[in-house]
Amino acid sequence: MTALATRGGPGGSSSRGLVSHLRLPSRRWRIAFGKIVHNDVRLAYRRPGALIAGFGIPVLLMVIFGELPAFHEIVAGFGGFDIYDAYVPTLAMFALAMIALLGLPMPLASYRELGVLRRLSTTPVPRSWLLASQGVVQLGVAVVALVILFTVSITAFGTPAPVSIGGMLLSLALCVAGLFPIGLLVAAVAKTANAASIIGRIAFFPMIFFAGLWLPRALMPHWLLDISNFTPLGAADGALQTSMLTGFPATQPLLVMAGYALVFGFLARRFFRWE
Amino acid sequence: MVNAPAQDMENSVTRSGSAAPAAAAAEPGMSQAAVEISHLHKTYGTLTAVDDVSFTVAEGEIFGILGPNGAGKTTTVECAIGLRTPDSGTVRLMGFDPRTQAAEVHEIVGVQLQSGALPDQLKVREILDMYQSFYRQPADVGELADVLGLTDKMGSFYKTLSGGQRQRLSVALALVGNPKVAVLDEMTTGLDPQARRDAWDLIRGMRDRGVTVVLVTHFMEEAERLCDRVALIDAGRVVALDTPARLAARARGSKVVRFVPSDHFDDSLLTGLPEVTNVRHDGQHVEVDGSGDLVNAVILTLAAAGVTAHDVELVASNLEDAFVKLTGRHSDPEGATS
Repeated sequence: MTALATRGGPGGSSSRGLVSHLRLPSRRWRIAFGKIVHNDVRLAYRRPGALIAGFGIPVLLMVIFGELPAFHEIVAGFGGFDIYDAYVPTLAMFALAMIALLGLPMPLASYRELGVLRRLSTTPVPRSWLLASQGVVQLGVAVVALVILFTVSITAFGTPAPVSIGGMLLSLALCVAGLFPIGLLVAAVAKTANAASIIGRIAFFPMIFFAGLWLPRALMPHWLLDISNFTPLGAADGALQTSMLTGFPATQPLLVMAGYALVFGFLARRFFRWE
Repeated sequence: MVNAPAQDMENSVTRSGSAAPAAAAAEPGMSQAAVEISHLHKTYGTLTAVDDVSFTVAEGEIFGILGPNGAGKTTTVECAIGLRTPDSGTVRLMGFDPRTQAAEVHEIVGVQLQSGALPDQLKVREILDMYQSFYRQPADVGELADVLGLTDKMGSFYKTLSGGQRQRLSVALALVGNPKVAVLDEMTTGLDPQARRDAWDLIRGMRDRGVTVVLVTHFMEEAERLCDRVALIDAGRVVALDTPARLAARARGSKVVRFVPSDHFDDSLLTGLPEVTNVRHDGQHVEVDGSGDLVNAVILTLAAAGVTAHDVELVASNLEDAFVKLTGRHSDPEGATS
């Protein structure tokens, strides 16, 4: 029928109809999803702003802090650990927050701004795959950033190995589960990639303040710590610190993070606009 | 009114002749309809965007949806491809319902949306490869790029493409799934005249490969040159549906033949003909009003009297006249805005 050569589809050339469509091997869809992820990875490193903020800056800060002698002094109230060790979870929060608040929403807002989400909804591939793909890519960036942060701090700067690895992994997983929906909500309310970047940055600073970037949580007055404990990054920082220094974290910070995951997951779902 | 050279008019007559079978095949009840829309309604709040639109597009047809801005063209098309849910009415694409059989419809319908862009930092090949992987029986990317003149640009970033190249890439994405129906919304808007002509050739090429083309446009010349049939939409309604030539003829019952006679002749020679209603002199030119097979009647009668008619032009009404008559508005002559 057509001069354009067709590749033999897995469904065979004669098949039309919903049933044959459903019987298609999932391999075709895995390839399609893989291609979307591949292009998202390309976009992530060709537009490296979010990658630098979420990956480069925390790793750089970690190395600088590690080289500063003042950060290796033992300070009262830190439970026998130095300031540097207290900063490692904060920098992990820095990385996760930047990835969730800039890395995740900016490409999604850009897709909507360009009409890519709309274009995709005219193809056999569901447009929600662009969200899933971006989630996979940013999760990958987060995992690599965290592995580098913890490996370098433990091997090069004398941070003690975590006491509770399970608690640490659970804390990090819940932190991601709480932060990514916030990033999706940023993508939901931002009309353009630029707006997403501005909203993400505005949300970032108070959140990272409560994770102790400027004032370590150990030095916060009680009333401030009480507030911090109910912010996503404050709760995550507390749980992570406990896992690294003493043992499995308390229930409260874990519940706070789970609560953020649920509430913002609902809000992101409710308010996300495709067009 | 356009002074169309007689030769061009002949082309348009031939075209309307070939379109007649398509029009006949598009009658409701025939099985080979590519697109069937009946009694489509869509309102946004108090604004009625589409008000009882019905039409049928036969397989292999180039079907134009023409109308002024805000007439409801895009909404109609968006309902047709399942991007919007109509308030009422039915849509079938190759027999499939876009609302309940979206997966099938998306496999066989290629869509080029108005004002759709792509990320600047992706290369043409990367974009085409990705979209190709979405389809069951995709076109060959290399061949598609070749047909669309994008082969040299395969390794270029989207950012570096010209407007025409971006438009061709967008068309390539509409065709990469080897669609049976291609829906093109304001495809040539913003293109320079050469790129526009290339796009027209491309659309004819698609039809020649058996693709049914639904072309949304507000550019008269485009509809006139390309489309087998045109639905003229105004204020959410189909106000006319016919071949461009017949729509134009409907706008103006009579024709005018304009020529330079080789010699003087008596006006009564022509006024006596049944086809002729009036004869005027305009400098060295003579203009003859009339209907029917006016050109032949005039030329043959003059030739029999030993007079040759030079520089013969058939001054015919065109789609623009039909548009103005039916909608009371002028179309955008440049086709530059949307």
